[in-house]
Amino acid sequence: MTEKKGWKDLMRGADLPPASSLEYKTGSWRTSRPVWDPDKCTHCMFCVAYCPDMAISIVKSEEGVKGFNGRIYKGTVRLETDLDFCKGCGICVHECPTHAIEMIREEEATSSK
Amino acid sequence: MSTWKPLSGTQAVAEAMRQINPDVVVAYPITPQTPIVEFFAQYVANGIVDTETIPVESEHSAMSATVGAAAAGARVMCATASQGLALMWEVVAAVPGLRLPIVMPVVNRALSAPINIHCDHSDTMGATTIGWIQIFSENGQEAYENMLLAIRLAEHPDILLPAMVMQDGFITGHSVENVEIFDDDKVKAFVGERNPDRYLLDTEHPYTIGPLALPDYYFEIKRQQEEAMRQVKKIYLETGKELSKITGKEYPYFESYKLDDADAAIVVLSSTAGTAKDTVDKMRAEGKKVGLLKPKLFRPFPYKEVRTALKDIPVVGVLDRSMAFGAYAPVYAEIKNALFELDKRPKLQSYVFGLGGKDIFKSDIEKAFNELLSGEVNSEEERYIGLRG
Repeated sequence: MTEKKGWKDLMRGADLPPASSLEYKTGSWRTSRPVWDPDKCTHCMFCVAYCPDMAISIVKSEEGVKGFNGRIYKGTVRLETDLDFCKGCGICVHECPTHAIEMIREEEATSSK
Repeated sequence: MSTWKPLSGTQAVAEAMRQINPDVVVAYPITPQTPIVEFFAQYVANGIVDTETIPVESEHSAMSATVGAAAAGARVMCATASQGLALMWEVVAAVPGLRLPIVMPVVNRALSAPINIHCDHSDTMGATTIGWIQIFSENGQEAYENMLLAIRLAEHPDILLPAMVMQDGFITGHSVENVEIFDDDKVKAFVGERNPDRYLLDTEHPYTIGPLALPDYYFEIKRQQEEAMRQVKKIYLETGKELSKITGKEYPYFESYKLDDADAAIVVLSSTAGTAKDTVDKMRAEGKKVGLLKPKLFRPFPYKEVRTALKDIPVVGVLDRSMAFGAYAPVYAEIKNALFELDKRPKLQSYVFGLGGKDIFKSDIEKAFNELLSGEVNSEEERYIGLRG
């Protein structure tokens, strides 16, 4: 989506090719970001289900990952939030039953790194 | 072999729909359109067509379901009038931008308030700027044939725009005349099947329809839409030639009646053109050289051709069956626009008549012709026919 097309080159009637939202990185809209603490996470999938941008990916893990109370969580587990698409709405923070996610200001995140 | 049938104008449209055999028809009853869908529903109930009809609770839903079915890939029709068109307006305005070839007969009726069920053109004249093809019909015969033209125009790959086919509520909509219905096989061959290049039910080739387009793309999409509209005139004539092979008739942008040597001409749409032709005949018999121009294709408007047709006529009166409050009446405005390019223009007079179904008689038209012939006209003044002072 770098060079914008002229009217003769666009698909008819504002139709769009499929899956083009993958090229549209909405992460730049963010003013705050969620910071996930894997040690507090039970991999309950609430954040995954509630995320309006599908910015939290999941994988199957046979060997499991370490999480809340030092337990090993096997099966479907979440990964880091995809900051290319996370708009920083904070819904995951609100929904997380174990308070494993907190929001920090974007400038805090960038200055601490 | 064609068949002559005694049909009302609405029934003639239903006959066209029977022959077109759309996949889906969604409409809500509204006087004076209702008989179209009533007649068509009988064809559905009797298994004469393969169409699926969808009962809905309003015109807004009717046009919404029409849009959905058309986007899914079906050939879809709706039908409406007046308040129905007004209620579905939000979706009607979206259809051209979505480039869906929906065909909708509209049986012209005055727009509320005051509430009125009779004919004038204020319903569809409110929809001239949003990108629907508009064809006006003088009688049931024309409405029938215009439906066949409209489906081909709308679905043409270079156009893909919706089309409205108008006729006058009650005056032709409910009046029974002999209508020549052409041979089913020939008409079906002419109409063909809708063959969309992409459609939503084709899950092998997904795409997005109807996205948000902000300042960076909206303008470009609208310019595309105008380009499609610009293709209509050429394809209208080509398609008309093809239809001529079945009907033996011609399909010009407008009908010129005894216009060439006329000292005065009247421009008027739809059923009143029939009355005006009678008036022209009567006055011609008395030695008065008068003529008529009846626009048929109203969107896109054939400015250049109208200009050529009217350029040598000393005085032209335009009869509008609707008003554009605070502006020149809709047909008058187009004629005035069309003539601007001329160095020497005809004198012009705007007349408004027949609002809310008020009758217009030959004597009224004759009076207007005589006023035009007298040269007592004022191009900036709107005059009224049949209005109590």
